[in-house]
Amino acid sequence: MKQLTRRALGPLALATSFATFVMGYFVTPPDKVQGELARLVYIHPAQAWVALYLSFGAATIASALYLWPRTRSMVADRVAASAVEVSTLFIGLTLLTGSIWGRPTWGVWWVWDARLTSTAVLGVLMLGYLALRRANDDPQVRAKRSAVFAILTAVNIPIIHFSVMWWTTLHQGATVFTENRHLKIHGSMAWTLLLSFIAFSLDFAWMVRARYRIADREAGQRDSELDAALKARRTESAS
Amino acid sequence: MIRLVLLVAQKDLLIERRSRVLLWQVAPFGLMTLVLCGLAVGPNASTQAKLAPGLFYIVMTLVALLVINRTSQLEAARGTATSVQILGIDPGAVFLGKGLAMFIQLSIVGSALLAGTTVLLHVPLHAAIVTVPVLLLATATLSLAGVLYGRIAASSANAGTLLPALALPAFAPVLIAGERAFSSLITYGPLARWVWLLGVSLAAYACVGLLLYGALEES
Repeated sequence: MKQLTRRALGPLALATSFATFVMGYFVTPPDKVQGELARLVYIHPAQAWVALYLSFGAATIASALYLWPRTRSMVADRVAASAVEVSTLFIGLTLLTGSIWGRPTWGVWWVWDARLTSTAVLGVLMLGYLALRRANDDPQVRAKRSAVFAILTAVNIPIIHFSVMWWTTLHQGATVFTENRHLKIHGSMAWTLLLSFIAFSLDFAWMVRARYRIADREAGQRDSELDAALKARRTESAS
Repeated sequence: MIRLVLLVAQKDLLIERRSRVLLWQVAPFGLMTLVLCGLAVGPNASTQAKLAPGLFYIVMTLVALLVINRTSQLEAARGTATSVQILGIDPGAVFLGKGLAMFIQLSIVGSALLAGTTVLLHVPLHAAIVTVPVLLLATATLSLAGVLYGRIAASSANAGTLLPALALPAFAPVLIAGERAFSSLITYGPLARWVWLLGVSLAAYACVGLLLYGALEES
């Protein structure tokens, strides 16, 4: 079953992404106000969900698991690192699609809007995380410091979430729900939006899994290289 | 706990008193940066006054980086970490003690910079005086965050360049809240939410620091 789930993840992610594309581009009607531009709603919010919540949530949980002595393992560290890498990519995509939407809507590619700025800040923090991982050679030291840094960065997530309410800015309010938790969009548009969230979440899982396997193999290779070097040194000193 | 906190803070402040890095290097750097900001903005007094809160907090952030780097270097000195471990000092006390020492140092430099901003960038005197509590709150937040980020970057390869990459983005909310609060005091705008934001950030860094500084000490 586990094997089947593993194998099915990639094709499922591709299939749902393709279905989102077909639904978003051909099936759903253009918006009454924003016209064709509204089709970006099938990409941008789902990307933001993956970038800001899903991947960073996964990274924070994995980092917390690493720091907790009973659950400490390099698996948690590698999952956190993989999730942050994917998060960085999705933050970039979120900002890019946001800019593409912003140009015709606001007339500029970039505005100093609180949510945009906070997302960009989070993106830079993610780059800092990646820089931190490359600055330490010792796997244990690297894992511990990265885990603390990830949890510290998690402090910024609520700031991003609530920033629209804290600052009065240009950014469009909540897309899916009203303030009273009622759906704002209906019919095929709502279903496509839901599908996009599922598709991007599956894409995320697939990418994290692939990145984790690479990290795992890299660690295995490092260990075997170290073993080989030690063996060669022992042989050298014996002869 | 309080005795340990004071002891750690006293140690850092004593080193600072003997080395005078704050007086001869950090404060002049801050004032020079402030002068450069004034030059970059231009000679128009109203423009300078309008931009003064933002420029002041940018300079404060840069100064904080220098102080954090300095404090981290002290902690990274040979044998310091081992001594702390052997003595069995509570990591939470070390965290708060270092934060307190950094807070005192940054408050001194911040006061000098605020005076400089008032004179050089034409900030109304009443706004400069009433912003002091907000400045202290922002400084406390920067200090606690600084201890954590300094410890994360310490002992890494290229720690000097890694620290700004890690800390500056995290300082952004403090900078925004500090600047908005200062501007609000000048224009009599709403202040409470910015103070609240700073308070929440301070509480968050204090909690995370007390919980996780020990893990950083281990590494």
